[in-house]
Amino acid sequence: MRPYTFAQARSVREALRGAGSDTAFLAGGTTLVDLMKLEVMTPERVVDINRLPLDGITLDRKGLHIGALERMSDVAADPAVRENYPMVAQALELSASAQLRNMASIGGNLLQRTRCGYFRDVSTPCNKREPGSGCSALEGVNRGHAVLGTSDDCIASHPSDLAVPLVALSTVVHLASARGTRSVPLDTFYTLPGSTPDVENVLRPNELITGITVPRSPWAAHSLYVKVRDRQSYEFALTSAAVALEVRGRTITNARVAAGGVGTRPWRLTAVERALTGRPATSATFEAAVVRAADGAQPREHNAFKPALLRRTLVRALTELQESR
Amino acid sequence: MNPDNDAGHGRSGVSRRNFLGGGLVAAAVTPLLNATAEAEAAEAASATADGVAQVLVRAAVNGAPVTVLVDPRATLLDTLREKLDLKGTKKGCDRGQCGACTVHVDGRRVLSCLTLAASTTGHEVTTIEGLADGDRLHPMQQAFVEHDGLQCGFCTPGQIMSAVAMVDDEGPARSDDEIRERMSGNICRCSAYPRIVDAIRDAQKVMR
Repeated sequence: MRPYTFAQARSVREALRGAGSDTAFLAGGTTLVDLMKLEVMTPERVVDINRLPLDGITLDRKGLHIGALERMSDVAADPAVRENYPMVAQALELSASAQLRNMASIGGNLLQRTRCGYFRDVSTPCNKREPGSGCSALEGVNRGHAVLGTSDDCIASHPSDLAVPLVALSTVVHLASARGTRSVPLDTFYTLPGSTPDVENVLRPNELITGITVPRSPWAAHSLYVKVRDRQSYEFALTSAAVALEVRGRTITNARVAAGGVGTRPWRLTAVERALTGRPATSATFEAAVVRAADGAQPREHNAFKPALLRRTLVRALTELQESR
Repeated sequence: MNPDNDAGHGRSGVSRRNFLGGGLVAAAVTPLLNATAEAEAAEAASATADGVAQVLVRAAVNGAPVTVLVDPRATLLDTLREKLDLKGTKKGCDRGQCGACTVHVDGRRVLSCLTLAASTTGHEVTTIEGLADGDRLHPMQQAFVEHDGLQCGFCTPGQIMSAVAMVDDEGPARSDDEIRERMSGNICRCSAYPRIVDAIRDAQKVMR
């Protein structure tokens, strides 16, 4: 690990004082400490933000508010989350391990870095880690990599399970800097790699995530997260699907659908949502709606299975959700 | 084992458990600093290692207050093992992937290899050395012994710490499948999983 100075901040203001591109904020540390050991991340200053008053899980008329420092395990266990946003709790419970969920914060989860093996290995070229050095994954071991939103410079997949139901539900991220606060939709918070894969989101170096708001949605209570992976537990997604349906009589009146494991960012599937809406909640509808879910996918040597697996994952999620009614 | 030898060890007061117990007390006391030493330590904090200030950490480890000066880069795992001589906590992958380094911070199971020691001020750390009540093993330790829930034993402290918090902090598991899912962060390279599950199933019946 490279040397850095360490400080504990007691307020958001104190944490942001002097913060810049050389600063890393420490919450759960599950990404930061790991990547500092690998020297993938080399901050000169580490500011411990765990004492900041960025906690709380509250539900009101506007929706669900979660403080950035709430831990994954606490959010997953919260009765209001489980009852009103089941796919959020499920995505959390299917993430990582119990120890990591006790440590990792919600803000940190949204900012976790890709699991691309070349990004994590400083001896190989990687445009995300070292802009302009090249992408080793294009012709390398790319089984876990993205097929949607990729570029010629980067095909790293976004690793967060939580972010998948959150983009489906139009979640808003709250940010603070020394100059004030702003709120950004999570869907546009993440940027596509393009020619600058080192830039992953619109967060500025002197900005901090303070919390998120998941809008109140009647259909969110009828939702499901399905994750497909190489082993049953403690593994990242090959594909995943977050689905929420509002069904009146036999007709789907609202649908929210997003996918994980396939995109360079959590992938909202608005075309699938449109194809479901106004139609009967039957397997024929589900099969027809997902036909074009992976349109535009650019598979590589080892992940060519992902478009088909994504369609099946979506159908399974929609079917299981409908059968659970 | 020859029972006569056991008796002999007992009389001489150097049985393995007594010896380790004595070592534990010394280990817990060694890093404690009196008021003067603490002032010296604070002064030392301005001194540098690799050009950066060290950090004074005040935490409780296995119930005893501990004050220790650490490099900002030091993990809780390395600090427990190298500075506090508590080597029951094992370094497996050192990347947050195997669970061998599991300890409790404020009663919750966490990975000490991804926890910076500098961030533990004000918190209560419990390691495998802090589980037993004197000579009486924790029910989870006892169950691992009775079920032979290990082969090489390297992952065992992490398995036991993880299992204790699984039951005490999060609530007993309702099925073997649930035990497997909730313990999936603890890898056993020898694959002693069936007996680990047996041990946890039994222990959680007698834990409060």
